[in-house]
Amino acid sequence: MSIFSTKKSWINLTIWALVIALIIAAPSVLPVFRLNLLGRYLSLAIVALGVDLIWGFTGMLSLGQGIFFALGGYCAAMFLQLNSAGEFPNGIPEFFGLYGVEKLPFFWEPFKSSIFTLISIWLLPAIIAGFLGYLVFRNRIKGVYFSILTQAALLVFFNFFNGQQKLINGTNGLKTDVTQLFGQMVGSEIMQRWFFWISAVLVILAWFFARWIVRDRFGNILIGIRDDEARVRFTGYNPVVFKTIIFSIAGGFAGISGALYTVQSGIVSPQFMTVPFSIEMVVWVAVGGRGTLLGAILGAVFINYAKSLVSEALPASWMFIQGGLFILVVTALPEGVLGWIRKDGLRKLLFLIGINKKLETYPSLEVDEQGEVKS
Amino acid sequence: MQLFLESLFNGVAIGSVLLVAALGLAIVFGLMGVINLAHGELMMLGAYSTYITQLIFKQVSFLKPFYDSYVIVAIGIAFLVSGTVGILLERTVIRRLYGSPLETLLATWGVSLILQQFVRSVPLAYASGLVIALFFGLFSPLFISDDLLHGAKGKLIRAFTWGFSALLGVATGGILSSLVSKLSRASARNVDVTAPSWMRGGIDFVGITFPKTRLLIILITLISVLVVIFFLDKTAWGIRIRAVTQNRPMSDCLGISTETVDIITFGIGSGLAGVAGVAVSLLGSVGPNVGGNYIVGCFMVVVLGGVGNLLGTILASFSIGIMTDLIGAGRLLTIWPDMPSPLYSTIDFFATTSMARVMIFALIVIFLQFRPTGMFPQKGRMVES
Repeated sequence: MSIFSTKKSWINLTIWALVIALIIAAPSVLPVFRLNLLGRYLSLAIVALGVDLIWGFTGMLSLGQGIFFALGGYCAAMFLQLNSAGEFPNGIPEFFGLYGVEKLPFFWEPFKSSIFTLISIWLLPAIIAGFLGYLVFRNRIKGVYFSILTQAALLVFFNFFNGQQKLINGTNGLKTDVTQLFGQMVGSEIMQRWFFWISAVLVILAWFFARWIVRDRFGNILIGIRDDEARVRFTGYNPVVFKTIIFSIAGGFAGISGALYTVQSGIVSPQFMTVPFSIEMVVWVAVGGRGTLLGAILGAVFINYAKSLVSEALPASWMFIQGGLFILVVTALPEGVLGWIRKDGLRKLLFLIGINKKLETYPSLEVDEQGEVKS
Repeated sequence: MQLFLESLFNGVAIGSVLLVAALGLAIVFGLMGVINLAHGELMMLGAYSTYITQLIFKQVSFLKPFYDSYVIVAIGIAFLVSGTVGILLERTVIRRLYGSPLETLLATWGVSLILQQFVRSVPLAYASGLVIALFFGLFSPLFISDDLLHGAKGKLIRAFTWGFSALLGVATGGILSSLVSKLSRASARNVDVTAPSWMRGGIDFVGITFPKTRLLIILITLISVLVVIFFLDKTAWGIRIRAVTQNRPMSDCLGISTETVDIITFGIGSGLAGVAGVAVSLLGSVGPNVGGNYIVGCFMVVVLGGVGNLLGTILASFSIGIMTDLIGAGRLLTIWPDMPSPLYSTIDFFATTSMARVMIFALIVIFLQFRPTGMFPQKGRMVES
């Protein structure tokens, strides 16, 4: 069947064309400040995709994605700092001088290379996620225990990064906006525009990658683990392998996301590893729709946009709104907004407020405008 | 010897704060499989209750002579305040989510956000008015006979009790805000609880000074643990709670009202969080985020101790407390000053409070490699599911 043969493909094609046109046009339409915000939120969509893979599809609620997010950010920030540290004493970033460090700590040495950095941004978080995940999954620790352990791990990393001034500038974090890349300031307008485009493209690539992962048998096993892990094990699959793989993929996603977010927000600091931020990531997915990859992206972008709009207008009320959103989504909309729409929620709502006619067939079949049942 | 005693005391002191905070969490987790992320905020409410009680004792003339005993009154008040909020939480949110612990986790996090912002943006006088309204609204039906409640005019009576409670709450808020000016404005700033004079200073014993606040906290913990053990072991409801913890459907079949058991357990668990809040308020300043500092320690206790076992909770709290002191205060270095240099520098690296947490977490993960379900795992067929 050709791509253009059905009506649905045409709709798809139009949507894609629209999305691409919007991405290309956004920098000339939006003011610089808003463009930067949108770029950041798009990069957050990547970490949300990872959360959707491990929570929506595999049923593991990780409250520690901030670890991998921040690790990616630190990799990118250190590369930028190292490559624009020429004018500082000893040729190392300025902050080292404040703590009397004269020689670059050995583990930062390879980050002078751009290729190593580009690889380590996703590989390093993925390896750490895989290692931590393996230790936990091997013992069949799951459910709430897994969530608590990831949260504890997050706090441990936070404490570690917060306390190590001499290695990573501790609580101040690493700044990127005044560093140089390709002879340009990273914080400059033109660089930010490029970062926006890179984020948008990477979101789309990550979405395709995630879809490719969950489409085939691998995805089926993930869903099987979510719904009944014991049966998957009895059928002869080893859940540990699949869980470790998907957890490290999500870690890699988080790393990429963190790096993009860092270069666009101008700083990486242990604040990326605070507990609320990691839980927020889960909420974007919960609101958008668990197990619907698109929902994760839309959730991340829209909730963050709403957050910035509400915080600008009424700073105190965002916590109430966010808390209420948590409770509302979990109790009333467990499928998330997108899942709810896909399950015919919109028509049910219209029916409730009396606009739409209730279908008379059961189970409800599709009815066209004349009220005739389609085959 | 002296060093050993000092280290032991510090460890026990840290551990007892953890224990009283984790006790409620562990009971609720054992019974319902629910992790309450708002537990830290219930502690925060307890700490604020202490602050409010202290202010009332200071300002109201006829209570002033009894100022020194406000801490003891505060324990009771904190228990009731946190317990009431906990029961409300159970009735409105958590009971809709039984069977889905991960969703409960998220919903309770939402509750904790709301509670944090609530103490920031609502004047404390009116906040206490609201709690009083909730308290009477929730509990007054217990004192009205069932015939009346379920009779023809039951709804009217219920509406009347709620209206009466609301009036009472508004009145309390008004009176408090006019009596104590500090409570009449909302403030996001941290507040301080000052210990009464008899609690300041310390007791000298074999050359070591034991701070009295720490001793009091250990005492509070000891009493809480004893009361909980007595309640669970000797009273009818305690036995029902243990039955439901072991096997919920079977207890239901035997005629135990699991719904009531859930309410009671959640109320007690939350109330214990309030008591922990009193202890916390004696140690440092009280702010909207005070619970967050302790909550992860409590989770570690629950994970390490195993589910539904008080002995595990107790042992886990004290071992984490003692380890924190040993590693964080660098006592290992004092005990064994001439250890080999790589080991010395490693231990020295971890000898701060925050780095000690890193070390302890690593140790717990290693421990879980050998005992995945904690020190005292639950036995039986139901464990897997």
